[in-house]
Amino acid sequence: MAAPYDLNDNSVVVIIGSGAGGGTLGNELAQKGVDVVILEAGNRIEYEEFINDEWESFSQLAWLDNRTTGGGWRVSKDFPNLPAWIVKAVGGTTTHWAGASLRFQEHELKALTNYGKVDGANLLDWPITLAELEPYYAKAEDKMGVTRTNGIEGLPGNNNFKILKAGADKLGYKECHTGNMAINSADRDDRTSCQQTGFCFQGCKWGAKWSTLYTEIPKGEATGKLEVRPNSHVVKIEHDDSGKVTAVVYADKDGKLQSQKARIVCVAGNSIESPRLLLNSASSKYPDGLANSSGQVGKNYMRHTTGSVYAVFEKPVHFYRGTTMAGIIRDEAKHDPSRGFVGGYELETLALGIPFMAAFLDPGGWGRSFASAMDSYANMAGLWIVGEDMPQEQNAVKLHGELKDKYGMPIPDVWFTDHPNDVAMRNHAYTQGEALYAAVGATRSFPTPPYPSTHNLGTNRMSEKASDGVVNKWGQTHDIQNLFISDGSQFTTGAAENPTLTIVTLAIRQADHIAKEMAAGTI
Amino acid sequence: MTTIYEPSRGLSRRELLKRGTVGAALLISGQAVICPEAAWALEATTLKPETMATLIRLARDIYPHDQLADRFYAVAVKGQDALAAKTPEHKTLIEDGIADLDKRSGPGGYRSMAWEDDRVAILRDIETTPFFQAVRGDLVVSLYNQKEIWPIFGYEGESYSKGGYVERGFNDIEWL
Ligand SMILES: Cc1cc2nc3c(=O)[nH]c(=O)nc-3n(C[C@H](O)[C@H](O)[C@H](O)COP(=O)(O)OP(=O)(O)OC[C@H]3O[C@@H](n4cnc5c(N)ncnc54)[C@H](O)[C@@H]3O)c2cc1C
Ligand code: SF4
Repeated sequence: MAAPYDLNDNSVVVIIGSGAGGGTLGNELAQKGVDVVILEAGNRIEYEEFINDEWESFSQLAWLDNRTTGGGWRVSKDFPNLPAWIVKAVGGTTTHWAGASLRFQEHELKALTNYGKVDGANLLDWPITLAELEPYYAKAEDKMGVTRTNGIEGLPGNNNFKILKAGADKLGYKECHTGNMAINSADRDDRTSCQQTGFCFQGCKWGAKWSTLYTEIPKGEATGKLEVRPNSHVVKIEHDDSGKVTAVVYADKDGKLQSQKARIVCVAGNSIESPRLLLNSASSKYPDGLANSSGQVGKNYMRHTTGSVYAVFEKPVHFYRGTTMAGIIRDEAKHDPSRGFVGGYELETLALGIPFMAAFLDPGGWGRSFASAMDSYANMAGLWIVGEDMPQEQNAVKLHGELKDKYGMPIPDVWFTDHPNDVAMRNHAYTQGEALYAAVGATRSFPTPPYPSTHNLGTNRMSEKASDGVVNKWGQTHDIQNLFISDGSQFTTGAAENPTLTIVTLAIRQADHIAKEMAAGTI
Repeated sequence: MTTIYEPSRGLSRRELLKRGTVGAALLISGQAVICPEAAWALEATTLKPETMATLIRLARDIYPHDQLADRFYAVAVKGQDALAAKTPEHKTLIEDGIADLDKRSGPGGYRSMAWEDDRVAILRDIETTPFFQAVRGDLVVSLYNQKEIWPIFGYEGESYSKGGYVERGFNDIEWL
């Protein structure tokens, strides 16, 4: 059924990456009758093959190609070759993700207007409004089966959630529930309901959690208009004399270089690989890389202001049982500068198994303090902070000056330093998290530093003016008409919310635009 | 804490095993670290057995879990020997690191220091060295990724084959 397209077929839309952005866009276009080839660097691993084991699953799914990192963030010291925790497989990071699916708030799409100029930050308004996104948010929520939308019930709360809720009540928080999750609370879309296995980060073996791997991709393939080519690592995008992109060069499963012709190219490799690819595609016509007349490709790298609070109680919690992200508090997501920072943050439950807890609780930590925390594992509860971070020009994905990958292309070097606003927000959230758990009787709590980035955003940002960013309001590059960006790297700012629902929303909207322009013959 | 009994030359392994039964002790014989009490032995292929014994003690000092038997630490440091066998630089890193540790610990060496606090004070001085980083960095995975220790910490591991926790206590908290 899956349509195999010829390498010389220059009528196809080529999408690079099959994750939240690429997988969704591929299906949406195929549903409209557009011929699509998705090139995916990773393997195709079906959900039955996922592994309920943190490190084994990590080696099965994670993007492990060499990367370097620098800047003031602690990740660069603790995980010098793992700036980000993302996936290389069909389905991309939607295999690993937890499923939290929140809409942006209106004011967040106009960050510069609402926050004002912030020193050292490169804030900008999105060239779109919430009203323009709303119909697409609704489609995305329906597609993904997001709980508490479309009449879908919320998930039942696990032990970790019950503690969060009890603490939220004590602190007077009003908006605390089991979240808007792209996880089935009842059978839906030919997928089963959540069995509370607690391995959401390792790929849902039940298929209860939405992933493009077993929703968008097979649906697109069923139209006969979508071919997904796994083990196809794109190294370069080529263009003609007029500047239009014409083909994509990729290494196939044997490492042999192939060239797929294309009418349109959509880049959805996540916010490290997407800008890297544009930069690595530099030519005599575009010496600074493709679509980079603004100089913003790779800049403004955002990763959300994150951190965790784990707390120990006198009695058992068994917080690893059930959905990993089992509940949320939204009260702090507002913009209220009286707290000492602009923007807001969400608090969401999080649990790790013993192997990952050891690696992430206090990276580099050792001795009695660390070990006794691990001893209390069964009595732990935990939450994750996810808040808006400031775009900064020097936070960037750059090409490494010396190191190359096995195809001879410079590897990405990821630079990040917290903005003072990020630090103030994180400290506020730590204080709130610790107070919340103390209110329920925690005997000890741990303000845990950020993990390698799971949310990677902003490196090909959307802007009204071509001089401020890389793409326009449709994700179309300002410089090259038939080159699109279709993943989270389009984000102008990060907002407080987990990004995937918005990535999917933008992909659905972009598909409408591409199909319309193709029909009109403009691209 | 484990007492490590180091025999003078010439004692047979059998004799050691016999002596070992007297108390909880790790013995070094030939190329192995032996725990007669719990009937396990760790063969060293490349690193000195004394080095392996020190690594076991060091591992416990880095991640001190009193409820974990020595064998878990022994399994956790085994990879150092395997890596040393493959890369001579790693062998040097570990042997030199242990020698340095012993030198800093006074006449009897690291393992002769009775109090954890005294040993830890030395470790704090070397915690940024490549040697310490290599040992700790490996240990955080090789210790905590042993499935056998998970139940000791109250972690149940794989759950898909048991149908998840939907019927097995995902929301069973009662003390709140
Ligand atoms: C543990 C974890 C938990 C998360 N939880 C949540 C959550 O609860 N809610 C939420 O909103 N978000 C969550 N996220 C983030 C979410 O998964 C990502 O934001 C989202 O998947 C990003 O979509 P994307 O399309 O930009 O990239 P991805 O989904 O990462 O897809 C990119 C794909 O492109 C491929 N690719 C890259 N480069 C190339 C190349 N050169 N050639 C070919 N293919 C290439 C990659 O292999 C990958 O498959 C989580 C992430 C992690 C790691
Ligand atoms: S807890 Fe639910 S969503 Fe998460 S992996 Fe298990 S079944 Fe899937």
